Amino acid sequence: MKELKLMKGNEALAEAAIRSGCDGYFGYPITPQSEVLEYLTQHAKERTGMVVLQAESEIASINMIYGAAGTGKKVMTSSSSPGISLMQEGISYIACAELPCLLVNVVRGGPGLGTIQPSQGDYFQTVKGGGHGDYRLIVLAPSTVQEMVDHVKLGFDLAFKWRNPVMILSDGALGQMMEKVELFPQMPRTNEIYPWATTGKTKDRERTIITSLHIQPDKMQEINLHLQKKYKAIEVEEIRYEMIDCEDADLVLVAFGLVARICQKAAQLAKEKGIKVGVFRPISLFPYPYKALNQLADNVKAFLTVEMNAGQMVEDVRLAVNGKIPVEFTGRMGGIIPTPEEILNKIEEIYVGETA
Amino acid sequence: MNEKRLLEEEKHFETMIAEESLCSNENLVYEKPETLIDTPMHYCPGCGHGVAHRLIAEVVAELDIQDETIGVAPVGCSVFAYNYLNMDMTEAAHGRASAVATGIKRVLPDKYVFSYQGDGDLAAIGTGETIHTCNRGENILMIFINNGIYGMTGGQMAPTTLVGMKSTTTPFGRDVEIMGNPLKITELIAQLPGVYYCTRVAVNTPNNVRKAKKAIMNGFKYQELKKGLSFVEIVSNCPSNWKMTPIESNKWLEENMLPYYPLGDLKVPQNPQKAV
Amino acid sequence: MAKVKGDILIDIEKCKGCELCAAACPQGSLELSRKLNSKGYHYIVRIVDNCTGCTNCALVCPEGIIKVYRKTDKKKEPVATITNVTGDITVTVQS
Repeated sequence: MKELKLMKGNEALAEAAIRSGCDGYFGYPITPQSEVLEYLTQHAKERTGMVVLQAESEIASINMIYGAAGTGKKVMTSSSSPGISLMQEGISYIACAELPCLLVNVVRGGPGLGTIQPSQGDYFQTVKGGGHGDYRLIVLAPSTVQEMVDHVKLGFDLAFKWRNPVMILSDGALGQMMEKVELFPQMPRTNEIYPWATTGKTKDRERTIITSLHIQPDKMQEINLHLQKKYKAIEVEEIRYEMIDCEDADLVLVAFGLVARICQKAAQLAKEKGIKVGVFRPISLFPYPYKALNQLADNVKAFLTVEMNAGQMVEDVRLAVNGKIPVEFTGRMGGIIPTPEEILNKIEEIYVGETA
Repeated sequence: MNEKRLLEEEKHFETMIAEESLCSNENLVYEKPETLIDTPMHYCPGCGHGVAHRLIAEVVAELDIQDETIGVAPVGCSVFAYNYLNMDMTEAAHGRASAVATGIKRVLPDKYVFSYQGDGDLAAIGTGETIHTCNRGENILMIFINNGIYGMTGGQMAPTTLVGMKSTTTPFGRDVEIMGNPLKITELIAQLPGVYYCTRVAVNTPNNVRKAKKAIMNGFKYQELKKGLSFVEIVSNCPSNWKMTPIESNKWLEENMLPYYPLGDLKVPQNPQKAV
Repeated sequence: MAKVKGDILIDIEKCKGCELCAAACPQGSLELSRKLNSKGYHYIVRIVDNCTGCTNCALVCPEGIIKVYRKTDKKKEPVATITNVTGDITVTVQS
């Protein structure tokens, strides 16, 4: 018997957190994602007794996450662009200390205080770094409210599988819109004790130290090599993407998140005009599906990357394609969502160029 | 040349048992606990950190809670506190130790959790976390080492640096016009209802060391009552950056730091129930 | 009158010569050695044989390297007096 519900993105995410057996949420209000914290303060205690705490800032939030994640508990936080910027130091610490946790960025227009409208302007920050040092986050990009739900469960699984922070890169529209979702059954909270966690030194083991401080360069190098090895393994095992109508397409739209859905509509409109357009949607932004894109480039004439930013993921598309075919870009900034018609115009522009 | 003195020197040179009948286990009245790791500490000669660490280790050993204690180390001279305390510890980002401790205590409410911070960590960059952790009344112990200067980074001014006190960033002495007055953060947070116990101690004399230990003992035991936060400030010295010998620094501490940061209880529980 | 006698052992290799123990000792029995340990510090030695094992030195030592010993000599005093003996009594000494 499926459990179906019409839910707002942020609330669906919060519900998924409860059902994932999350032990703790430490967060701070910021538009457009405050509903996550609000929903949890209302519902979580009676459902699973998980800790829900409104911290005094995003900086405090991420450090509470760091402490709690270090005990081996399933913890998460969510925020939006300016708040995520504040969390960068903490995220770097968590990544270096190899602690599992789930982070959510419901992206809004920037830079600066920006706007509360949706954007994809934090791609670089999330996928290429954000905080200091050579670390990577596992990044998932939902494009439906259903994926907002599914990626929470998946995110926690990946976080503990790899002992790495996982970021769900959502946006303000997904957070606010309402869609039908199928909710997975409640998972129990566990009291698992991990060997790497701080739980109190018992007589049978050495003390556990969670730190990212490794002053000796040899040791720091060792840590870095280990992290890089882990990321290479993640790049092999955790690539996720979706291809729609790419088999005999002349042009493929490459987009992530919400924009991929708009691209599907644009592709439909293009088909009605006789242009064969497919859509390639990366779901994992790290690891990025370079190989799949590269292979697809053998069979299409051009890629058109569509984003709600000045051109961020397009750089990864260009890297993937490595010059085989033209990679064009169109995007909107400032919190404006591109329409299918706008994208169609660009498609026609490129298509004319190609067939000329 | 003092003959007797030379004799004593010879006797103790190899730390061998000098008077076997006296220096035997049955007569042992004091030694550092096993919860303090037997390794040389990197602190400067005479630095109060060493005593503070040892007192924490003693309390944890005496209460027999090593397997239930988690500590949070700061950024500062004591960033390596986890190399000296034989208990599970987490290294926090600068200023954030009380937030890290909050995260730990909220998900593991039955453990004994303490944070250990210097004056930059707790009263400069960490002020927001300090106030809110105290305000929420987290059931943790916050230990605040106040030596009025930034040690690890080479002697810059701290929020608690005294007026007129020289540092590398106040080479002519702290000027109130430019930098304001020394911050009495402990007095500030003592007013918050979430703080159950707040006291100021020092470790410059044997009596003060005994009182400091008692304060830390309270800080651990009160966690069992779940009535709020325990805050213990330890006014300490920094011989290196105060540019004095250890003995001079303790004298300077008595004559200058203690009048401004007076020792004693700022807040005591009215009828502290005995922890079961 | 009980006489208290104490002694201390110092791990001189870890001593940094801060002299806080010497300042804290009520008997004035500690002083820096003229010799150096392997780290290059003059270390503390006990120079007068009047230690009472009060532990002041160990309490203030930042390195935690002082062990304190104490023994109290008790003079043998009679514990009881038996008076008004009118007949034979048998006394058994417990060993």
